[in-house]
Amino acid sequence: MPDPLPPAIEVDHLVKSYAGMTAVADLSFTVARGEIIGFLGPNGAGKSTTMRILTGYLPANSGTVRICGHSVATEPDAVKRLIGYMPENNPLPEDMRVSEYLYFRGRLKEIPRRKLGPRIDEVLELCDLKRVRHKIIGQLSKGYRQRVGIAEAILAEPPVIIMDEPTIGLDPHQILIVRDLIAGLRGRMTVIISSHILPEIEMTCDRVLIINRGRVVAQGTPAALRREVLGRTAYGLTVAGNIAGLPALLQAVEPSFKITAAGEPDATGFVQLALATERDDEFGEPLLQALIAQNYRVRAISRAHPTLEDVFLAATRRTWDATQPNPPQLPPSGPIP
Amino acid sequence: MKHFLTLLSHELRMLLVSPSTYIAATAFLFFMGFIFTGILESYTKAPQEASPAIVFFSTFFLPVFFMVPLLTMRCLAEERRLGTIETLLTTPVTTTEVVLGKYSAAYILYVTLWGATAGFFYILKSFSNDPRLLDSGPLIGGYVFIAVSGLLFVAIGVFASSLSRNQAVAGILAFVMLAALIIGGRWLGEAAFLSRDVLAPAKAAVDYAQVFSHYDDFTRGVIDTRHLLFYFSGTALALIFSIFSVEAKLIHS
Repeated sequence: MPDPLPPAIEVDHLVKSYAGMTAVADLSFTVARGEIIGFLGPNGAGKSTTMRILTGYLPANSGTVRICGHSVATEPDAVKRLIGYMPENNPLPEDMRVSEYLYFRGRLKEIPRRKLGPRIDEVLELCDLKRVRHKIIGQLSKGYRQRVGIAEAILAEPPVIIMDEPTIGLDPHQILIVRDLIAGLRGRMTVIISSHILPEIEMTCDRVLIINRGRVVAQGTPAALRREVLGRTAYGLTVAGNIAGLPALLQAVEPSFKITAAGEPDATGFVQLALATERDDEFGEPLLQALIAQNYRVRAISRAHPTLEDVFLAATRRTWDATQPNPPQLPPSGPIP
Repeated sequence: MKHFLTLLSHELRMLLVSPSTYIAATAFLFFMGFIFTGILESYTKAPQEASPAIVFFSTFFLPVFFMVPLLTMRCLAEERRLGTIETLLTTPVTTTEVVLGKYSAAYILYVTLWGATAGFFYILKSFSNDPRLLDSGPLIGGYVFIAVSGLLFVAIGVFASSLSRNQAVAGILAFVMLAALIIGGRWLGEAAFLSRDVLAPAKAAVDYAQVFSHYDDFTRGVIDTRHLLFYFSGTALALIFSIFSVEAKLIHS
């Protein structure tokens, strides 16, 4: 392999459309080796389609995808040896035993017979499946089935693991196990997971990629994303008084202060506001003093800790707003052959 | 073809652990035994011209119509319905290997079921002690015919299964295609409108594809390479179409 190693996943101007509908529109991103990346997006954003293209299961309309330097379109066999894939809804055969299934999949993934037995034991141990190894998959509960899917994906120790919603339908305890499992792969394997459970992504992933309508709307570490999408620091304020004069007062405290959201005044005249600033330092005290000096009545002031959820909502809303003026039948997409 | 044996042994194993295989096998043997008893009864009433093997194998289309769709309707339709085809095709296996593995497993089961009917003839031999009842020519010819025609019939079943994700639809499609080949070919061969001179090439083609006349040749001990070619090329065609069908469904999914 050439030195410097090519990145684990390289996606360049990927386009995929189904029957006139563009699912993935000009998507480009890169994932470094050993990185755990979270793939976020609302339903129908193109997450599953992108993952299927990454595995070589679906062909793309245009653009290139490279897994560890191998093109998915021209070297599908090489790519299939480099990935472990767990599809959406985790399809499993109903009438096989867990260990039988793993043995069969191991053989298909070209693990030598000699190594397969110990490796299956290892994977069963990792995924906490030892107790059900002789059970029939069709009779397992959702949590176990999900873990069988994960065990299958990591079975051949591929350098790239692609999992489409691995934690869906798991209870909090099982989510914890899966999270530890994925964290245990850090550094050794490149993992790409899609999920709706945002705190999950935040805790496990090094980097987050938010896509909407088939394009990347935000990417970076959870902390960087928060800063980019929501401003540096956010405050919540419940106040009554001269609301119209508030922006000027905020400007006086710190020039980058702005009101990002304002509610309706309630019966007693109090308004809930959300404020954001570009700076990282604390502005609670000067703000409070300025408000009191101007005879505002303050009920609450707090420094907000935006979650990834807020970032996700803000980022996807932002693209929604951006695409609203366009007529819906003309998605602003890249080249479609 | 590295994974063909893995896939084949997996498929056979799944067939062997599945109760439906045993139910189908029992029903098949019961049905064939019923036919065989009927044939023997007619021999006790009056002397017959043909040997029992000829009469027995001439009913081949009855089990083919029911057994082949039942054996094959699951194979690709079920994979697609469950979505396991996605995990299967993202391992280093090719579509060709998957289709051939499933086809071979179904064919092996089909031939094994027919092979079990050899027991009828063994019982007849050990109880009747009448060598006239057991003419080895038609017997061997009949089994060769079953094995060769089975190649095509099972391939048609696999093709039908690749067309739909619904097992019932796949089964009915297989039934209709087999009926069109076996009964429809015979009907066309007898149809008057094809006898006109203009349609002579079409008539020749229909005559070539007569499954019943192939059967007659085989049981007379004539193993014609043209017949073999008909079944082998038909099998290859049906399997290639199955592979294309699976792949086309991915591209246009």
